[in-house]
Formats: sequence, C-alpha cells, structure tokens
Amino acid sequence: MKAISKDSRLRYHCQLRQSAAERQADTHPLTWRLREDGARVGFEEYCAKEGYQSATHTLKERTPDNVIDTMKQANVRGRGGGGFSAGVKWGLTQVGDQLPRGYLICNADEMEPGTFKDRLLLEQLPHLLIESMIIAGYANRSYYGYIFLRGEYVEAASSVAMAIEEARQAGLLGSDIGGSGFDFDIALHTGAGRYICGEETALINSLEGKRANPRAKPPFPGQSGAWGKPTVVNNVETLCNVPSVMQHGADWHQGLSGRLSEDGGTKLYGVSGLVERPGLWELPIGTSGREILERAGGMRQGHTLKAWLPGGGSTGFLLPEHLDLPMDFDTIGQYGSRLGTGVIAVVSERQSIVSLLRNLEQFFARESCGWCTPCRDGLPWTVKILQALERGEGKPEYIEILEQHTIGLNSPRTFCAHAPGAMMPLESALKLFRAEFEAGIASTSLEGVS
Amino acid sequence: MSQNTNPLSTATDLITTDGFQLHEDDRQAMLTERDHYEQPQAACIEALKIVQKRHGWVPDGAIVAIAETLGIGAGAVEGVATFYSLIFRQPVGRHVILLCDSSSCFLTGYEALSEALSERLGISFGQTTGDGRFTLLPVCCLGACDRGPAMMIDDDTFGPIAADDLDELLEAYS
Repeated sequence: MKAISKDSRLRYHCQLRQSAAERQADTHPLTWRLREDGARVGFEEYCAKEGYQSATHTLKERTPDNVIDTMKQANVRGRGGGGFSAGVKWGLTQVGDQLPRGYLICNADEMEPGTFKDRLLLEQLPHLLIESMIIAGYANRSYYGYIFLRGEYVEAASSVAMAIEEARQAGLLGSDIGGSGFDFDIALHTGAGRYICGEETALINSLEGKRANPRAKPPFPGQSGAWGKPTVVNNVETLCNVPSVMQHGADWHQGLSGRLSEDGGTKLYGVSGLVERPGLWELPIGTSGREILERAGGMRQGHTLKAWLPGGGSTGFLLPEHLDLPMDFDTIGQYGSRLGTGVIAVVSERQSIVSLLRNLEQFFARESCGWCTPCRDGLPWTVKILQALERGEGKPEYIEILEQHTIGLNSPRTFCAHAPGAMMPLESALKLFRAEFEAGIASTSLEGVS
Repeated sequence: MSQNTNPLSTATDLITTDGFQLHEDDRQAMLTERDHYEQPQAACIEALKIVQKRHGWVPDGAIVAIAETLGIGAGAVEGVATFYSLIFRQPVGRHVILLCDSSSCFLTGYEALSEALSERLGISFGQTTGDGRFTLLPVCCLGACDRGPAMMIDDDTFGPIAADDLDELLEAYS
C-alpha cells in the first residue's frame, strides 16, 4: 500500500485565484485575510488581522435593532442563491420579552451543482464565520447557533470545530461574551447527504433529526423554526459579510459594488467547466460574466462558449450575448435565469445541451425528497424523455410534454422550490436550444409502412 | 441542555439487540451529542454516523440500540437512516468511493471516469467488490467543481482525476 501524500497532485485543494496584493481589507472584505499558501487562518492570525474586533465593538456599541437596520441599509442579499435581504429577514424574526430566544443557523450545506465557494471560507477562514454568527445571533436575540455542514466537507468540519473551540477558549462564545451580557454558543452539526437539506425548512427538519422534507410556510422560520422557536437561517457567504458591514458601515458596503449594481458588496464568483483556469474570485457584485470568464482564462483551446449557467444547476441557461450583463440578482433575473450562487458553469459548443439537461434532471430526480407528487413523479418523467431524445428515439409530442412539465412542476404546484429549480434550466433550454431537442425526435417518415 | 435535567441520562444498561452490541464509548458519544440539542431525536443522525464509523454500516440491531439510547422510537431512527444517502443500511466495502456525478464534473469528463472506474473495479454503482475492498456510490456535487471530475475515497477528496490516475489512487486504499 502506498499512501497518497497530503500534497499529491491528485488531492483536491480549494484555492482562491487572487494574489494577496490584490486582496485589500477595504475592497475584499471576505477574502483579504486568506493566506497566499491556502492554509487555514488560525485564531491568532485571525485576531492579528483585526479579527473579532467588529463583534466585540458591535456587542458594546450597537443595539440589536441598530445591527438589523444597518444590515437593511447595506442590502446584503442572500448569497446561497435566494437573494433575499438578510437585514429584512432578520427584521422578521419574532422577538420580545414574552417569547423564547431562538436559533441562528448557518446553512453550510453547499450542494448546488457547480458551486464551490462556501467551502473556501469554511476551510480557510472559519473564524470569520464564527465572528459573523456572534453578531447575527446578537441581532436576532438567538441564544444558540448551529453550523449545518454537509457531511462530505470533512476538512471544513475539522476547521470549523477547531475554530469553535478556539473562540470558546477565548471567551468569544459562551456566557457574557466580552462582558457584554450577551450569551451565545455554537455547535457544529454535520449532515449525512441529500441536497434537499439546503432548503431552509428541510434543513430545520434535518437538524431536528427528522427526514429532510420541507415544511409548509407560513409559519416562516423567523416565527416558528427549530423546535418551534424563532429561527434565522443564513448562508455562509451571506453571514461572512456581516463583520465588515458593522465595522465600516452600510454606505461603505454599498460603495464596494461601485456603479456596477444596486446590490451592495462583493461576491465570491467562480467558473467551472472547460475553461483554462477554473477557480474563484472575490469581485464587486455586478461584475460581468465576461470579466469573470476572462479571469478564468477563457474557454479551453478548441472550445467555444455555447451557453452558461450563472449560478448553479437550478438557474437558467444564458447565451454568450449575455456575458456583458452585470452579475447581480435583479439583472440576471430579467433574462429567464437567476444569479443563484454566482458560480458559473460553462458549456462548450462541442457539448450537448440535451445530455447536460439529462444529467441535471437525474440529479434533481434523485434528490427529490418524495414529499409531493409533481416533484417525485414528474422529475423522473423528464429524465426518461431526455434520455429518449438523447438516443434519437424521441416522439414528436415529447417537446410539448417537457413544456407541460415546466408548468406542472413549477410554483405554486409544488411544495417547495426544488422542482421549480429543476425546471429553470429546462425551460430556458427549450427556448434557447429548441433545435437540439427536435434533433432527438425519431424520424417520422413512414419507412416501415411503405 | 444540561444532562441532569434529562431522565434518560441515568440509563446505563448496555443495549444488545439482534446480536448487535452498542459499544459503551459510542453510547457515551451519543449522549454527549444529545446534549447539543433541545430534543434527543436531533442526535439520531449523528448517532447513526457513530455506529457507522465503528462498524462500517448500520445493522438492524443498531437502530433499536440508538432508539433506546436516545429514548425515541425505532421507527423514527429507521426513517432517518433510510432517508440520508451517507447512512448505509447494508454492508459496504472497507473503502467507500463517492463519485461526483453532478453537472460540472459531467462537463469535465465524469462519464469516461465513471466507465473506467466501473471497469477497473468490476462493479457498478451501489455494488461492492468481491474482495470487500471498495463500494462505489454516486454523490451530489462535491463542491470541487474547479477541479472536476472529482471523487472522494473515504474522507479524502481528489480531483481532477483522469482514468490513468486510477491505479495510483486505488492502490493507496488496501
């Protein structure tokens, strides 16, 4: 037996593709503390890089309502793909002297096809997340926080667990944090698979040790979430924006995106697929797809861009002509897609859209929790049709059946956003690449008859 | 969340069911896990993982043992055990290969890798090699899309993997 060494070329290492010189504290709030060598930033190094100053200051100087108002003004929109304002979400958390204090949950269940951004922060900068959760917990009057981490992120699990322990030792978690009178602690919860756990109410069921079926809304988690208590669920990257917003203010955060977008801040963008240098970059939100693709060195030699998914498997296809659009929530939403997680996947002219869709719908069919019929039965049906088209054995009515699915498996006919997410790439592909579907229909001539 | 407030924490009997004996260390680890949550059921996923870590999979008797340790119904534990893809209710090989089959890996060579791997191991997804060495399973996007096609063997993540790399890779797991 030959062990595979830690630095074997075969081992996966998550790495930002930006030099330390480019990443400054006032322009790259998420990543400026990352080390050039890609190693984890430990407690002491994090503290030396202004770590925990924002949380300590916020707990002393700001009221919870002031934190929420600042977050609203900064307009930090949900980086997990939803795009909902974190400040507005926090404002809906039910608080009051008569009510129990609830939970803050960090959604670290990164499983959206094509998305590898939260992994970077979890593995290399776990203290930024802990600091963010202290502030978010304070704003939402939470008494306990959970980091819901997907089971496969083994390195992230040890990195986060170590950070929780280090923060606790330093008195930054536990009772009366920094003499502020605020009590808050965090536990790491690792999952056991299943994409649906990323849906926030399914995540809460999973946290409670149940099958990860989504819950009916209302009540929203902010009213009644984990164990019936007010619960806030935020994505890793969303939360990691909080300390710098508190430190520098909402206007500064808004200014980060310059004139590129009305959304504030930066975004961890990325590219995967057949490009020269796939990777991740922290850029102002509203950066164009073209600039991100250029950072990735463009398409690999011999390939040209046919289409791209702007932010995961549940976003709609865009064309090369859309590359100059600002990559923000509202703009991408106007073109039959969504910003989603903002991590791009490119499709080459030499790759089949029908085959890629078959792959995507197989994923969504397998990952359906099975709770509602349209999703449980409709998704495998789309897979069968796409497989037939792939083999060139499609029937003439198949395209119409797929179109019916994009309606029947869409809001409000399904229990959660899983099937509607699955329909978004299909719906867009039927519009943009119809000829590829038609090419999969078996010849309708009467060969066998004459 | 104090252990003292929970009457279940006083149970000390060793649980043996259907020939399955819950290791005392594992039982303690489950009880510690339980105290991280408001309700004991929340610890059942972690409890299943604790059993699996020791035994490689979750036998029937473990379901009952977990239920009794946490003071919840065995049906609730089994419902959870059969829902989550990383909980194995059948024996698996000494090493579990999780091959990412999501879109970015699909776009960077998953199909060729999958074929080569199946051929090399002589098994398809869901099967275990005759010598009990490897079990092959598909997995949701591993979040290693910048270096697809990617896969995990046990706790290690690899990528990008070409068919030619498989010998070197598999050799390290005996």
